[in-house]
Amino acid sequence: MALLDVCGISDWVKEDTFSSQKASVDRVNHFNFAALEPELAVPIGVDPAEFLKPFTDCEDGVEGVTIKLKHGTTTLAFKFQHGVMVAVDSRASAGSYVDTQLFKKVIEINPYLLGTMSGSAADCVYWERLLAKECRIYKLRNKERISVSAASKLLANMVANYRGMGLSMGTMICGWDKKGPGLYYVDDNGLRLSGNMFSTGSGNSYAYGVMDSGYRYDLTVPEAYDLAQRAIFHATHRDAYSGGTVNMYHMQETGWIKVSQEDVGELYHRFAAEKK
Amino acid sequence: MMMSAQAYGDKGKMKEYHYTGPVEHKFSPYAFNGGTVLAVAGEDFALVASDTRLSEGYSIHSRDSPKCYKLTDTTVIGCSGFHGDCLTLTKIIEARLKMYKHSNNKNMTSGAIAAMLSTILYGRRFFPYYVYNIIGGLDEEGRGAVYSFDPVGSYQRDTYKAGGSASAMLQPLLDNQIGFKNMENVEQVPLSLEKAVQLVKDVFISAAERDVYTGDALKICIITKEGVREEIVPLRKD
Repeated sequence: MALLDVCGISDWVKEDTFSSQKASVDRVNHFNFAALEPELAVPIGVDPAEFLKPFTDCEDGVEGVTIKLKHGTTTLAFKFQHGVMVAVDSRASAGSYVDTQLFKKVIEINPYLLGTMSGSAADCVYWERLLAKECRIYKLRNKERISVSAASKLLANMVANYRGMGLSMGTMICGWDKKGPGLYYVDDNGLRLSGNMFSTGSGNSYAYGVMDSGYRYDLTVPEAYDLAQRAIFHATHRDAYSGGTVNMYHMQETGWIKVSQEDVGELYHRFAAEKK
Repeated sequence: MMMSAQAYGDKGKMKEYHYTGPVEHKFSPYAFNGGTVLAVAGEDFALVASDTRLSEGYSIHSRDSPKCYKLTDTTVIGCSGFHGDCLTLTKIIEARLKMYKHSNNKNMTSGAIAAMLSTILYGRRFFPYYVYNIIGGLDEEGRGAVYSFDPVGSYQRDTYKAGGSASAMLQPLLDNQIGFKNMENVEQVPLSLEKAVQLVKDVFISAAERDVYTGDALKICIITKEGVREEIVPLRKD
């Protein structure tokens, strides 16, 4: 139970409900696998990344079985004098099929922490949700909010355990803590970098181009909104795997606010009209 | 028992058309059994529909194998892909629903089932369940909700979603008729239950025409505050 978990009492008290048997080769517990503790199953005797390749990477798969996982994106975040801007697109593609144009790629961990998602959708959603749980437990145990640095470190260490097994996750952890605005890039290799400006995903080079040409630390708030929106828009225009809508968040001292969600089709007409 | 499968080598090579010698056939842990699933959420109802054909390769195993499974009075799940994984997955979900009922003394809401399914699927991130799931049901406020998943647990709440073999054909049609996308100057009328059921029937009739894996019969589960009602409509059997 959640309260027992937070108190750490399970170390002394024997679990009598759903006694979690250790996952063994001979007896697989289908029904309460991962019901209490997060667990991941691995096929025995094979390299997990190589095992899945024929099903996911090849066009025809194996005897018609193609497992297409949701992917692809452009996300960006930058620090400026009024906080941190975060902007993402909203397309999720499975192979060459556009699965949805309205996917939420920013996870609201708590009112002072945001996480972006790029790469494999399931990996990002799962690990960032686990991160949200760890941040909450930290707050309950220590009576103060977790710092951005610690949160990003927790995430980096969690995925570093699965390095080389085929996870695909490039995320930016943005927040505001005692040290001010914080921005970290964390990826599936366990790389963790602090910085002022990052862009991830298949369309990141297009976004960098636009961001670099317009970025200054002393941007005003409307200028920063405009820059972030344009950068994602141009990336969706040229990258096939990015599109849908541009979702923007602004991380301020009082927490994050959702600035806007605009369809790129409408943005195109707006920018085209401005050019005239 | 987790099956250990040899890693496949040399993919992407053109198949050779002359016999060169003994051919090795390796065991594949997956198979594709076809089928299409669709879910639509309305103001105070939700629909989950699926065809009932079970195929493998060029054969049809069964004409009466529906892909919607009722979970609670307010939630139905549609699973298509590999039938073996669909059966095991629904068994696991039903067991977890009972466990939840016993420890929390209440039924799981559709949002909770969706979140739980996401973690169940991700638990097999390295040997996925080859199942495309769509959950349809009523949320806590009685409004229709649809949750669509990918095989490893990424999910989103939607208004409508098609999954399975004919999904690429059906989804654009739903985008246009329910989402009013790609049209200008249209009055966006909210969808009524009767219109939604008729739309689902029409859409499956079209899918059965053009997708070999879809056909035989259509089963629609209609979820309202009165409970879950089923309707069966015949489709093309060829």
